Amino acid sequence: MADEPLVLGIETSCDETGVGIVRGTTLLADAVASSVDEHARFGGVVPEIASRAHLEAMVPTIERALKEAGVSARDLDGIAVTAGPGLAGALLVGVSAAKSYAYALGKPLYGVNHLASHICVDQLEHGPLPEPTMALLVSGGHSSLLLAPDITADVRPMGATIDDAAGEAFDKIARVLDLGFPGGPVIDRLAKEGDPAAIAFPRGLSGAKDPAYDFSFSGLKTAVARWIEAKRASGEEVPVRDVAASFQEAVVDVLTRKAVRACKDQGVDHLMIGGGVAANSRLRALAEERCGRAGIRLRVPRPKLCTDNGAMVAALGAEMVARNRPASDLDLSADSSLPVTETHVPGRHRHDHDHVHEVSKDNLYS
Amino acid sequence: MDTATPAVTAALHDGSSVLAESSSVDARRHGELLLPAVDRVLAEAGVKLDAVTGIVVGVGPGPYTGLRVGLVTAATFASALGVPVHGVCTLDGLAYAAGLDTPFVVATDARRKEVYWARYENARTRATDAAVDRPADIAGQVAGMPAVGAGALLYPETFPDNRGPENVSAAALAALAAEKLRAGEEFLPPLPLYLRRPDAQVPKNYKVVTPK
Ligand SMILES: [Zn+2]
Repeated sequence: MADEPLVLGIETSCDETGVGIVRGTTLLADAVASSVDEHARFGGVVPEIASRAHLEAMVPTIERALKEAGVSARDLDGIAVTAGPGLAGALLVGVSAAKSYAYALGKPLYGVNHLASHICVDQLEHGPLPEPTMALLVSGGHSSLLLAPDITADVRPMGATIDDAAGEAFDKIARVLDLGFPGGPVIDRLAKEGDPAAIAFPRGLSGAKDPAYDFSFSGLKTAVARWIEAKRASGEEVPVRDVAASFQEAVVDVLTRKAVRACKDQGVDHLMIGGGVAANSRLRALAEERCGRAGIRLRVPRPKLCTDNGAMVAALGAEMVARNRPASDLDLSADSSLPVTETHVPGRHRHDHDHVHEVSKDNLYS
Repeated sequence: MDTATPAVTAALHDGSSVLAESSSVDARRHGELLLPAVDRVLAEAGVKLDAVTGIVVGVGPGPYTGLRVGLVTAATFASALGVPVHGVCTLDGLAYAAGLDTPFVVATDARRKEVYWARYENARTRATDAAVDRPADIAGQVAGMPAVGAGALLYPETFPDNRGPENVSAAALAALAAEKLRAGEEFLPPLPLYLRRPDAQVPKNYKVVTPK
């Protein structure tokens, strides 16, 4: 498959400096440098610390990815980069690097959407995405249900969280239970030894009149915290495993129920789940069970591809090249609130010929 | 190139003179403006980027977000082209452009009512390390000296004898670097001079991360 596009992708929307290289739907390299340890004592990502770390890690990570893939930068067919959404200062480092790299090598540049990349990464695991695909993206930063008839040009928001992201809810409950960070893995582990039906925690936005595809985890979080406090106040021991199992069940029940319902309503027979929370074992099991019953094929990439990485950006960039989507201009800017419907940021000019000279001719900034 | 002040500036120098320069002032659009500026400069000189034998970049001090644009661009160019990247203190570029041969001070706007500043013996010789301070706190150290840069213009009580240039120009930075290269002088590493610790504020919509 040597004629498939060879694309390098750069991701710097949060605390991971990711550089991936793909050939079509084949993963060649996935280099990640994380500033996670530097943020730990603050309990969350500090934007300025993340931006500083991206600057230091950027070029070494690009060079590591090229070495890992065993390809020369000269052979690349394009450079893709996360243009948004994400932290503005962090995105700017990646966008600036991608533009310079594309310019120095004389390659087309593709500014792409972070959320669409999360969906497209599954091509590296399970081959080309069926069209349309329904996608459930769940992490500490996102909780979205998206319909993707064409990952390069048409992604439609079906629903999203109206308050906390799913990953945030796991972290908050872990904090109430004194389980430390991050909440996801430890709750997943304890829940395996607990009874998911022990406590009937509320399912947010599940009423007949509620929005069918939106999520809410704030009420659940409060209900769980109150239940724990009441136990403590009456001097009883908190059944941590049952609480973990019952809380987790409430989250994944709503996520999978709404995702499957969206598939049925829209006549979509594929569901992909991405984002860090896709690593949750109960989410995977329940999604598998419900999709199976509904005749829907489930696609969940391996955990390393679910969290933020450069390979997902490269995967979407390769699809842009393969489908002849217009490249971005050299004045591409980072957009911290890029809407999910904007799968990429095409240039204002047609790119029928060499894109590098297009800028000189227009002389936009004299 | 330099993005440490509100100016987005790029220039091409052939070792003896500046072939082309492009500067525009827009403190919020460094990321958008730098690469088109580089492209314009090369087109004007009729030179392709791969003919360039070295990259000179202003390392600040300067407001971080814009400053990083120049540094990451320089580092990426250097990696793609296989050429060295030379860091120069942005204040040195301003001092060089000022061309004074008696002691003076360079001050740029550090925002938050502070300036980035350093004292110079003459246009080529810095006397103090670059620092960030409130103008009133350094009044005694700069008293009676001519002062160059936007920081000086902004605080005339501290810098009454202020003058241009306001912002650094890549042409001056490149000319200074060409002199240094000829003289075999050392450059700074291409790393940002932040001079401040990062504000450790986690935004509301945070992403929780693993502690050690
Ligand atoms: Zn993400």
